[in-house]
Amino acid sequence: MMNTLLVASEVQKSFIMHMRGGVELPVVANVSFSLKAGSCAVLGGPSGVGKSSILKMLYGNYGCDSGQILVSHHGHHIDIASADPRLVLEIRRDTIGYVSQFLRAVPRVSALDVAAEPLMIRGVAQEIAHQRARDLFDELNLPEKLWSLPPATFSGGEQQRVNIARGFITDHPILLLDEPTASLDAANREVVIDLIARKKADGAALLGIFHDHDVRSAVADDIIDVSGFAAGKSAA
Amino acid sequence: MSLSQTCETPVDGHAPADKQPLLRVDNLTRVYGKRIGCADVSFDLWPGEVLAIVGESGSGKTTLLNCISSRMTPTCGTVHYRMRDGASADIYKMAEAERRYLMRTDWGFVHQNPIDGLRMTVSAGANVGERLMAVGNRHYGNIRNTATEWLARVEIDEDRVDDQPRTFSGGMRQRLQIARNLVTEPRLVFMDEPTGGLDVSVQARLLDLLRGLVADLGLAVVVVTHDLAVARLLSDRMIVMKEGRVIEAGLTDRVLDDPRAPYTQLLVSSILQV
Repeated sequence: MMNTLLVASEVQKSFIMHMRGGVELPVVANVSFSLKAGSCAVLGGPSGVGKSSILKMLYGNYGCDSGQILVSHHGHHIDIASADPRLVLEIRRDTIGYVSQFLRAVPRVSALDVAAEPLMIRGVAQEIAHQRARDLFDELNLPEKLWSLPPATFSGGEQQRVNIARGFITDHPILLLDEPTASLDAANREVVIDLIARKKADGAALLGIFHDHDVRSAVADDIIDVSGFAAGKSAA
Repeated sequence: MSLSQTCETPVDGHAPADKQPLLRVDNLTRVYGKRIGCADVSFDLWPGEVLAIVGESGSGKTTLLNCISSRMTPTCGTVHYRMRDGASADIYKMAEAERRYLMRTDWGFVHQNPIDGLRMTVSAGANVGERLMAVGNRHYGNIRNTATEWLARVEIDEDRVDDQPRTFSGGMRQRLQIARNLVTEPRLVFMDEPTGGLDVSVQARLLDLLRGLVADLGLAVVVVTHDLAVARLLSDRMIVMKEGRVIEAGLTDRVLDDPRAPYTQLLVSSILQV
Protein backbone atom coordinates (compact mmCIF):
# COMPACT_ATOMS: atom_id res chain seq x y z
CA MET A 1 0.00 0.00 0.00
CA MET A 2 1.31 3.38 -0.97
CA ASN A 3 2.01 6.05 1.61
CA THR A 4 -0.54 8.77 1.95
CA LEU A 5 1.14 12.13 2.56
CA LEU A 6 -1.87 14.43 2.63
CA VAL A 7 -5.56 13.97 3.31
CA ALA A 8 -8.15 16.70 2.76
CA SER A 9 -11.52 16.02 4.32
CA GLU A 10 -14.72 17.98 3.89
CA VAL A 11 -12.91 21.23 3.28
CA GLN A 12 -15.20 24.14 2.70
CA LYS A 13 -14.38 27.69 1.65
CA SER A 14 -16.28 30.82 0.77
CA PHE A 15 -15.35 34.46 0.49
CA ILE A 16 -17.38 37.09 2.30
CA MET A 17 -17.03 40.33 0.38
CA HIS A 18 -17.49 43.07 2.96
CA MET A 19 -16.83 45.71 0.32
CA ARG A 20 -19.83 44.38 -1.59
CA GLY A 21 -22.37 44.53 1.20
CA GLY A 22 -21.25 41.27 2.79
CA VAL A 23 -22.20 39.07 -0.15
CA GLU A 24 -21.00 35.49 0.26
CA LEU A 25 -19.22 33.84 -2.64
CA PRO A 26 -19.10 30.09 -2.16
CA VAL A 27 -15.90 28.61 -3.58
CA VAL A 28 -15.80 24.89 -2.76
CA ALA A 29 -17.44 22.50 -0.33
CA ASN A 30 -16.89 18.90 0.71
CA VAL A 31 -13.41 18.78 -0.77
CA SER A 32 -12.09 15.34 0.12
CA PHE A 33 -9.14 13.56 -1.47
CA SER A 34 -5.73 12.23 -0.60
CA LEU A 35 -2.27 12.43 -2.10
CA LYS A 36 0.05 9.45 -2.24
CA ALA A 37 3.80 9.27 -2.36
CA GLY A 38 5.20 8.64 -5.82
CA SER A 39 2.16 9.82 -7.73
CA CYS A 40 0.76 12.93 -9.37
CA ALA A 41 -2.87 13.91 -9.01
CA VAL A 42 -4.41 16.55 -11.24
CA LEU A 43 -7.24 18.90 -10.33
CA GLY A 44 -9.74 18.92 -13.19
CA GLY A 45 -12.76 21.04 -14.03
CA PRO A 46 -13.52 24.31 -15.81
CA SER A 47 -11.99 27.69 -14.94
CA GLY A 48 -13.42 29.34 -11.85
CA VAL A 49 -14.43 26.09 -10.24
CA GLY A 50 -11.97 26.54 -7.38
CA LYS A 51 -8.87 24.59 -8.41
CA SER A 52 -6.37 27.31 -7.49
CA SER A 53 -8.24 27.99 -4.26
CA ILE A 54 -7.76 24.36 -3.26
CA LEU A 55 -4.02 24.56 -3.90
CA LYS A 56 -3.86 27.79 -1.89
CA MET A 57 -5.69 26.21 1.06
CA LEU A 58 -3.30 23.26 0.98
CA TYR A 59 -0.38 25.70 1.09
CA GLY A 60 -1.96 27.68 3.94
CA ASN A 61 -2.25 30.78 1.78
CA TYR A 62 -6.06 30.74 2.00
CA GLY A 63 -7.90 29.88 5.17
CA CYS A 64 -10.57 27.17 5.27
CA ASP A 65 -14.03 27.77 6.76
CA SER A 66 -14.27 24.16 7.89
CA GLY A 67 -12.74 20.75 7.31
CA GLN A 68 -9.25 19.37 7.80
CA ILE A 69 -6.11 19.17 5.71
CA LEU A 70 -3.83 16.64 7.38
CA VAL A 71 -0.22 16.70 6.29
CA SER A 72 2.49 14.26 7.24
CA HIS A 73 5.18 16.64 8.52
CA HIS A 74 8.33 15.32 10.21
CA GLY A 75 6.42 12.21 11.22
CA HIS A 76 3.51 14.12 12.73
CA HIS A 77 0.08 14.62 11.27
CA ILE A 78 -0.66 18.29 11.22
CA ASP A 79 -3.90 19.98 10.26
CA ILE A 80 -2.72 22.84 8.11
CA ALA A 81 -6.21 24.37 8.19
CA SER A 82 -5.80 25.12 11.91
CA ALA A 83 -2.01 25.23 12.33
CA ASP A 84 -0.52 28.44 13.70
CA PRO A 85 1.47 30.65 11.32
CA ARG A 86 4.90 29.50 12.51
CA LEU A 87 3.99 25.90 11.92
CA VAL A 88 2.63 26.71 8.46
CA LEU A 89 5.94 28.38 7.61
CA GLU A 90 7.84 25.35 8.88
CA ILE A 91 5.66 23.04 6.78
CA ARG A 92 6.37 25.20 3.73
CA ARG A 93 10.09 25.12 4.45
CA ASP A 94 10.31 21.36 4.84
CA THR A 95 7.22 19.55 3.58
CA ILE A 96 5.03 21.36 1.04
CA GLY A 97 6.52 23.11 -1.98
CA TYR A 98 4.53 25.28 -4.35
CA VAL A 99 5.03 26.51 -7.88
CA SER A 100 2.72 29.47 -8.30
CA GLN A 101 1.34 30.54 -11.63
CA PHE A 102 3.10 33.87 -11.53
CA LEU A 103 6.41 34.85 -10.05
CA ARG A 104 6.34 37.52 -7.37
CA ALA A 105 9.51 39.37 -8.27
CA VAL A 106 11.47 41.14 -5.56
CA PRO A 107 13.50 44.16 -6.66
CA ARG A 108 17.26 43.61 -6.89
CA VAL A 109 17.12 39.85 -6.18
CA SER A 110 18.69 37.82 -9.01
CA ALA A 111 17.01 34.86 -10.70
CA LEU A 112 19.70 32.65 -9.21
CA ASP A 113 18.91 33.82 -5.68
CA VAL A 114 15.16 33.52 -6.27
CA ALA A 115 15.57 29.89 -7.32
CA ALA A 116 18.15 29.05 -4.63
CA GLU A 117 16.27 30.63 -1.72
CA PRO A 118 14.20 27.57 -0.67
CA LEU A 119 17.44 25.61 -0.23
CA MET A 120 19.22 28.43 1.54
CA ILE A 121 16.48 28.92 4.14
CA ARG A 122 16.97 25.24 4.92
CA GLY A 123 20.60 25.95 5.68
CA VAL A 124 22.22 24.71 2.46
CA ALA A 125 25.43 26.58 1.61
CA GLN A 126 25.13 29.26 -1.04
CA GLU A 127 27.55 27.64 -3.52
CA ILE A 128 25.67 24.36 -3.43
CA ALA A 129 22.27 26.05 -3.69
CA HIS A 130 23.44 28.21 -6.58
CA GLN A 131 24.94 25.23 -8.39
CA ARG A 132 21.66 23.36 -8.07
CA ALA A 133 19.79 26.42 -9.40
CA ARG A 134 22.21 26.70 -12.35
CA ASP A 135 21.67 23.03 -13.19
CA LEU A 136 17.91 23.53 -13.22
CA PHE A 137 18.14 26.75 -15.29
CA ASP A 138 20.34 24.90 -17.73
CA GLU A 139 17.90 22.05 -17.98
CA LEU A 140 15.01 24.49 -18.46
CA ASN A 141 16.93 26.32 -21.22
CA LEU A 142 16.92 29.65 -19.41
CA PRO A 143 19.56 31.79 -21.17
CA GLU A 144 22.64 32.10 -18.99
CA LYS A 145 22.83 35.87 -19.44
CA LEU A 146 19.61 36.15 -17.39
CA TRP A 147 20.75 34.19 -14.36
CA SER A 148 22.27 37.09 -12.48
CA LEU A 149 19.46 39.55 -13.29
CA PRO A 150 16.29 40.20 -11.27
CA PRO A 151 13.39 38.44 -13.07
CA ALA A 152 11.02 41.44 -12.99
CA THR A 153 11.77 42.28 -16.63
CA PHE A 154 11.80 38.68 -17.92
CA SER A 155 9.13 37.37 -20.30
CA GLY A 156 6.26 35.30 -18.90
CA GLY A 157 7.90 32.05 -19.98
CA GLU A 158 11.25 33.02 -18.52
CA GLN A 159 9.67 34.00 -15.19
CA GLN A 160 7.76 30.75 -15.16
CA ARG A 161 10.97 28.77 -15.57
CA VAL A 162 12.56 30.64 -12.66
CA ASN A 163 9.48 29.74 -10.63
CA ILE A 164 9.71 26.09 -11.66
CA ALA A 165 13.39 25.94 -10.71
CA ARG A 166 12.51 27.48 -7.34
CA GLY A 167 9.78 24.88 -6.76
CA PHE A 168 11.75 21.85 -7.92
CA ILE A 169 15.06 22.71 -6.25
CA THR A 170 14.18 21.13 -2.90
CA ASP A 171 13.15 17.59 -2.04
CA HIS A 172 9.84 18.51 -0.42
CA PRO A 173 7.68 15.39 -0.04
CA ILE A 174 4.64 17.27 -1.37
CA LEU A 175 4.68 19.61 -4.36
CA LEU A 176 1.78 21.77 -5.55
CA LEU A 177 1.84 23.02 -9.16
CA ASP A 178 -0.43 25.81 -10.38
CA GLU A 179 -0.30 25.68 -14.20
CA PRO A 180 3.49 25.45 -14.32
CA THR A 181 3.55 24.95 -18.09
CA ALA A 182 1.03 27.62 -19.15
CA SER A 183 3.62 29.97 -20.69
CA LEU A 184 6.12 27.38 -21.93
CA ASP A 185 6.94 26.16 -25.41
CA ALA A 186 6.75 22.48 -26.33
CA ALA A 187 10.41 21.75 -25.61
CA ASN A 188 10.25 23.23 -22.13
CA ARG A 189 6.94 21.51 -21.40
CA GLU A 190 8.80 18.26 -22.06
CA VAL A 191 11.44 19.29 -19.54
CA VAL A 192 8.77 19.92 -16.91
CA ILE A 193 7.11 16.56 -17.66
CA ASP A 194 10.49 14.94 -17.10
CA LEU A 195 11.07 16.87 -13.84
CA ILE A 196 7.66 15.72 -12.57
CA ALA A 197 8.43 12.10 -13.51
CA ARG A 198 11.68 12.30 -11.52
CA LYS A 199 9.90 13.77 -8.48
CA LYS A 200 7.46 10.87 -8.62
CA ALA A 201 10.29 8.38 -8.86
CA ASP A 202 11.84 10.01 -5.79
CA GLY A 203 8.62 9.37 -3.88
CA ALA A 204 7.08 12.85 -3.83
CA ALA A 205 3.32 13.38 -3.91
CA LEU A 206 2.34 16.00 -6.50
CA LEU A 207 -0.89 17.85 -7.07
CA GLY A 208 -1.24 20.09 -10.08
CA ILE A 209 -3.45 22.14 -12.32
CA PHE A 210 -2.64 21.63 -16.00
CA HIS A 211 -4.78 23.01 -18.79
CA ASP A 212 -2.52 21.48 -21.42
CA HIS A 213 -3.91 18.07 -22.41
CA ASP A 214 -0.59 16.60 -23.44
CA VAL A 215 1.04 17.53 -20.16
CA ARG A 216 -1.91 16.30 -18.17
CA SER A 217 -2.03 12.91 -19.84
CA ALA A 218 1.74 12.57 -19.51
CA VAL A 219 1.86 13.19 -15.76
CA ALA A 220 -1.53 12.37 -14.22
CA ASP A 221 -2.00 9.20 -12.19
CA ASP A 222 -5.29 10.41 -10.84
CA ILE A 223 -7.79 13.11 -11.83
CA ILE A 224 -9.70 14.88 -9.07
CA ASP A 225 -12.77 16.51 -10.58
CA VAL A 226 -13.28 19.76 -8.72
CA SER A 227 -16.75 20.28 -10.27
CA GLY A 228 -17.87 17.65 -7.79
CA PHE A 229 -16.85 19.99 -4.96
CA ALA A 230 -18.45 23.10 -6.41
CA ALA A 231 -20.12 24.93 -3.58
CA GLY A 232 -22.25 27.15 -5.77
CA LYS A 233 -24.99 24.61 -6.41
CA SER A 234 -25.98 23.93 -2.83
CA ALA A 235 -24.96 27.06 -0.98
CA ALA A 236 -25.96 29.93 -3.26
CA MET B 1 4.40 6.84 7.50
CA SER B 2 0.84 6.58 6.26
CA LEU B 3 -2.01 8.71 7.47
CA SER B 4 -4.46 5.92 6.85
CA GLN B 5 -2.41 3.39 8.76
CA THR B 6 -1.65 5.35 11.90
CA CYS B 7 -4.66 7.29 12.94
CA GLU B 8 -3.40 9.25 15.88
CA THR B 9 -4.86 12.49 17.10
CA PRO B 10 -3.63 15.22 14.79
CA VAL B 11 -1.24 17.74 16.25
CA ASP B 12 -2.91 20.95 15.29
CA GLY B 13 -2.35 24.54 16.19
CA HIS B 14 0.67 23.79 18.33
CA ALA B 15 3.97 25.44 17.67
CA PRO B 16 7.14 23.42 18.16
CA ALA B 17 7.79 23.36 21.89
CA ASP B 18 11.58 23.44 21.68
CA LYS B 19 11.90 27.19 22.13
CA GLN B 20 10.32 29.95 24.13
CA PRO B 21 9.11 33.21 22.63
CA LEU B 22 11.59 36.07 22.71
CA LEU B 23 8.95 38.66 23.46
CA ARG B 24 5.56 38.16 25.03
CA VAL B 25 3.05 41.00 24.97
CA ASP B 26 -0.08 40.59 27.10
CA ASN B 27 -3.16 42.80 27.07
CA LEU B 28 -1.17 45.92 26.42
CA THR B 29 -3.22 49.10 26.67
CA ARG B 30 -2.26 52.74 26.51
CA VAL B 31 -4.81 55.51 26.88
CA TYR B 32 -4.30 59.23 26.48
CA GLY B 33 -6.88 60.68 28.85
CA LYS B 34 -10.12 59.34 27.43
CA ARG B 35 -8.62 58.55 24.03
CA ILE B 36 -7.36 55.05 23.26
CA GLY B 37 -3.82 54.75 21.92
CA CYS B 38 -3.91 50.98 21.78
CA ALA B 39 -6.08 48.52 23.64
CA ASP B 40 -5.76 44.90 24.69
CA VAL B 41 -2.98 43.90 22.35
CA SER B 42 -1.41 40.48 22.91
CA PHE B 43 1.09 38.56 20.82
CA ASP B 44 4.24 36.47 21.02
CA LEU B 45 7.33 37.06 18.95
CA TRP B 46 9.77 34.22 18.34
CA PRO B 47 13.49 34.33 17.63
CA GLY B 48 14.14 35.11 13.99
CA GLU B 49 10.54 36.05 13.31
CA VAL B 50 9.46 39.26 11.56
CA LEU B 51 6.12 40.70 12.65
CA ALA B 52 4.54 43.61 10.78
CA ILE B 53 2.07 45.92 12.46
CA VAL B 54 -0.02 47.59 9.78
CA GLY B 55 -2.80 50.13 9.82
CA GLU B 56 -3.50 53.68 8.73
CA SER B 57 -2.26 56.82 10.46
CA GLY B 58 -3.78 57.07 13.91
CA SER B 59 -4.48 53.34 14.18
CA GLY B 60 -2.25 53.07 17.24
CA LYS B 61 0.60 51.18 15.67
CA THR B 62 3.33 53.60 16.74
CA THR B 63 1.90 53.81 20.26
CA LEU B 64 2.02 50.03 20.40
CA LEU B 65 5.59 49.97 19.11
CA ASN B 66 6.67 52.53 21.69
CA CYS B 67 4.98 50.60 24.51
CA ILE B 68 6.59 47.28 23.64
CA SER B 69 10.03 48.83 23.15
CA SER B 70 9.94 50.51 26.59
CA ARG B 71 9.90 53.99 25.09
CA MET B 72 6.43 54.72 26.51
CA THR B 73 4.89 53.27 29.66
CA PRO B 74 1.65 51.40 28.97
CA THR B 75 -1.45 52.13 31.04
CA CYS B 76 -1.80 48.43 31.70
CA GLY B 77 -0.61 45.09 30.39
CA THR B 78 2.82 43.49 30.41
CA VAL B 79 5.80 42.96 28.11
CA HIS B 80 8.11 40.06 28.89
CA TYR B 81 11.47 39.61 27.21
CA ARG B 82 13.62 36.50 27.32
CA MET B 83 17.09 37.66 28.31
CA ARG B 84 20.28 36.11 26.95
CA ASP B 85 20.53 33.90 30.03
CA GLY B 86 17.11 32.43 29.15
CA ALA B 87 15.23 34.08 32.02
CA SER B 88 12.05 35.95 31.20
CA ALA B 89 11.92 39.52 32.50
CA ASP B 90 9.07 42.01 32.72
CA ILE B 91 10.61 45.03 31.04
CA TYR B 92 8.60 47.49 33.11
CA LYS B 93 9.79 45.90 36.35
CA MET B 94 13.46 46.17 35.43
CA ALA B 95 15.72 48.78 36.93
CA GLU B 96 16.08 51.77 34.61
CA ALA B 97 19.80 51.08 34.09
CA GLU B 98 19.14 47.47 33.15
CA ARG B 99 16.47 48.51 30.65
CA ARG B 100 18.78 51.09 29.10
CA TYR B 101 21.53 48.52 28.75
CA LEU B 102 19.09 46.16 27.05
CA MET B 103 18.05 48.89 24.60
CA ARG B 104 21.67 49.70 23.77
CA THR B 105 22.82 46.13 23.29
CA ASP B 106 20.25 43.42 22.70
CA TRP B 107 17.64 45.66 21.08
CA GLY B 108 17.68 48.07 18.21
CA PHE B 109 15.27 50.81 17.22
CA VAL B 110 15.16 52.12 13.66
CA HIS B 111 13.26 55.40 13.41
CA GLN B 112 11.39 56.56 10.35
CA ASN B 113 13.45 59.72 10.31
CA PRO B 114 17.16 58.89 10.61
CA ILE B 115 17.74 62.23 12.35
CA ASP B 116 15.93 60.75 15.37
CA GLY B 117 18.25 57.78 15.49
CA LEU B 118 21.61 59.26 14.53
CA ARG B 119 23.93 61.87 15.90
CA MET B 120 24.19 64.21 12.97
CA THR B 121 27.33 66.07 14.00
CA VAL B 122 29.66 63.16 14.67
CA SER B 123 31.17 60.99 11.95
CA ALA B 124 29.47 57.96 10.42
CA GLY B 125 32.13 55.76 11.99
CA ALA B 126 31.50 57.25 15.43
CA ASN B 127 27.75 56.75 15.01
CA VAL B 128 28.34 53.05 14.50
CA GLY B 129 31.10 52.82 17.11
CA GLU B 130 29.08 54.43 19.88
CA ARG B 131 27.08 51.33 20.69
CA LEU B 132 30.24 49.25 20.70
CA MET B 133 31.71 51.54 23.35
CA ALA B 134 28.46 51.20 25.31
CA VAL B 135 29.09 47.48 25.59
CA GLY B 136 32.64 47.99 26.77
CA ASN B 137 34.80 48.10 23.67
CA ARG B 138 37.67 50.49 24.23
CA HIS B 139 40.19 49.66 21.52
CA TYR B 140 39.98 52.45 18.94
CA GLY B 141 41.41 50.39 16.09
CA ASN B 142 38.99 47.51 16.65
CA ILE B 143 36.03 49.84 16.93
CA ARG B 144 37.01 51.62 13.73
CA ASN B 145 37.48 48.34 11.88
CA THR B 146 34.14 46.97 13.01
CA ALA B 147 32.46 50.26 12.11
CA THR B 148 33.99 50.20 8.64
CA GLU B 149 32.90 46.60 8.13
CA TRP B 150 29.36 47.52 9.09
CA LEU B 151 29.31 50.51 6.76
CA ALA B 152 30.32 48.14 3.96
CA ARG B 153 27.53 45.74 4.90
CA VAL B 154 25.00 48.53 4.50
CA GLU B 155 26.65 49.59 1.22
CA ILE B 156 28.30 52.79 2.42
CA ASP B 157 31.75 53.34 0.91
CA GLU B 158 34.70 53.13 3.23
CA ASP B 159 35.84 56.64 2.29
CA ARG B 160 32.72 58.09 3.95
CA VAL B 161 33.55 56.74 7.40
CA ASP B 162 34.82 60.11 8.65
CA ASP B 163 31.98 62.16 7.14
CA GLN B 164 29.07 63.37 9.21
CA PRO B 165 25.63 61.95 8.36
CA ARG B 166 24.30 65.43 7.65
CA THR B 167 26.28 65.21 4.40
CA PHE B 168 24.52 61.92 3.50
CA SER B 169 21.43 61.37 1.36
CA GLY B 170 18.21 60.11 3.00
CA GLY B 171 18.80 56.54 1.88
CA MET B 172 22.39 56.56 3.15
CA ARG B 173 21.32 58.00 6.49
CA GLN B 174 18.76 55.23 6.87
CA ARG B 175 21.37 52.60 6.05
CA LEU B 176 23.72 54.18 8.56
CA GLN B 177 21.02 54.10 11.21
CA ILE B 178 20.57 50.40 10.52
CA ALA B 179 24.32 49.74 10.85
CA ARG B 180 24.38 51.70 14.12
CA ASN B 181 21.62 49.47 15.48
CA LEU B 182 22.97 46.15 14.27
CA VAL B 183 26.62 46.53 15.23
CA THR B 184 26.05 45.05 18.72
CA GLU B 185 24.27 42.06 17.15
CA PRO B 186 20.93 42.64 18.85
CA ARG B 187 18.38 39.83 18.88
CA LEU B 188 15.38 42.12 18.53
CA VAL B 189 14.94 45.21 16.38
CA PHE B 190 11.98 47.57 16.31
CA MET B 191 11.40 49.56 13.14
CA ASP B 192 8.99 52.43 12.68
CA GLU B 193 8.21 52.96 8.98
CA PRO B 194 11.85 52.26 8.01
CA THR B 195 11.25 53.07 4.34
CA GLY B 196 8.89 55.96 5.08
CA GLY B 197 10.41 59.09 3.62
CA LEU B 198 12.41 57.47 0.82
CA ASP B 199 12.10 57.46 -2.96
CA VAL B 200 10.80 54.22 -4.41
CA SER B 201 14.14 53.09 -5.86
CA VAL B 202 15.88 53.88 -2.58
CA GLN B 203 13.14 51.98 -0.74
CA ALA B 204 13.70 48.90 -2.89
CA ARG B 205 17.40 48.94 -2.12
CA LEU B 206 16.80 49.36 1.60
CA LEU B 207 14.18 46.60 1.68
CA ASP B 208 16.49 44.23 -0.12
CA LEU B 209 19.26 45.08 2.34
CA LEU B 210 16.97 44.62 5.34
CA ARG B 211 15.70 41.30 4.04
CA GLY B 212 19.24 40.02 3.68
CA LEU B 213 20.39 41.25 7.10
CA VAL B 214 17.34 39.86 8.89
CA ALA B 215 17.90 36.46 7.30
CA ASP B 216 21.69 36.41 7.83
CA LEU B 217 21.56 37.55 11.45
CA GLY B 218 18.39 35.64 12.40
CA LEU B 219 16.91 38.87 13.79
CA ALA B 220 13.51 39.09 15.36
CA VAL B 221 11.84 42.26 14.10
CA VAL B 222 8.70 44.21 14.90
CA VAL B 223 8.15 46.56 11.98
CA VAL B 224 5.44 49.19 11.87
CA THR B 225 4.36 50.17 8.38
CA HIS B 226 1.35 51.48 6.54
CA ASP B 227 2.74 49.98 3.34
CA LEU B 228 1.32 46.51 2.75
CA ALA B 229 3.98 45.78 0.12
CA VAL B 230 6.68 46.35 2.74
CA ALA B 231 4.81 44.04 5.12
CA ARG B 232 4.59 41.35 2.43
CA LEU B 233 8.25 41.59 1.56
CA LEU B 234 9.65 41.63 5.08
CA SER B 235 7.29 39.89 7.47
CA ASP B 236 6.27 36.36 8.36
CA ARG B 237 3.23 37.41 10.34
CA MET B 238 1.17 40.54 10.55
CA ILE B 239 -1.22 42.35 12.82
CA VAL B 240 -3.79 44.73 11.37
CA MET B 241 -4.78 47.59 13.67
CA LYS B 242 -7.62 50.04 13.61
CA GLU B 243 -8.56 52.57 16.27
CA GLY B 244 -6.06 51.07 18.67
CA ARG B 245 -7.32 47.50 18.42
CA VAL B 246 -6.15 44.40 16.60
CA ILE B 247 -8.61 43.74 13.78
CA GLU B 248 -6.94 40.73 12.22
CA ALA B 249 -3.72 38.78 12.74
CA GLY B 250 -2.01 35.85 11.07
CA LEU B 251 0.39 34.63 8.43
CA THR B 252 1.26 37.63 6.26
CA ASP B 253 0.37 36.16 2.89
CA ARG B 254 -2.87 34.73 4.22
CA VAL B 255 -3.99 38.04 5.71
CA LEU B 256 -3.16 39.83 2.45
CA ASP B 257 -4.55 37.22 0.02
CA ASP B 258 -7.55 36.04 2.03
CA PRO B 259 -8.45 38.95 4.34
CA ARG B 260 -11.41 38.27 6.60
CA ALA B 261 -12.15 41.48 8.47
CA PRO B 262 -14.03 44.23 6.64
CA TYR B 263 -11.28 46.73 7.45
CA THR B 264 -8.49 44.46 6.16
CA GLN B 265 -10.45 43.90 2.96
CA LEU B 266 -10.75 47.66 2.59
CA LEU B 267 -7.00 48.13 3.13
CA VAL B 268 -6.04 45.38 0.68
CA SER B 269 -8.49 46.56 -1.96
CA SER B 270 -7.18 50.12 -1.66
CA ILE B 271 -3.72 49.24 -3.00
CA LEU B 272 -3.08 50.72 -6.40
CA GLN B 273 -1.89 48.19 -8.96
CA VAL B 274 1.15 49.28 -10.93
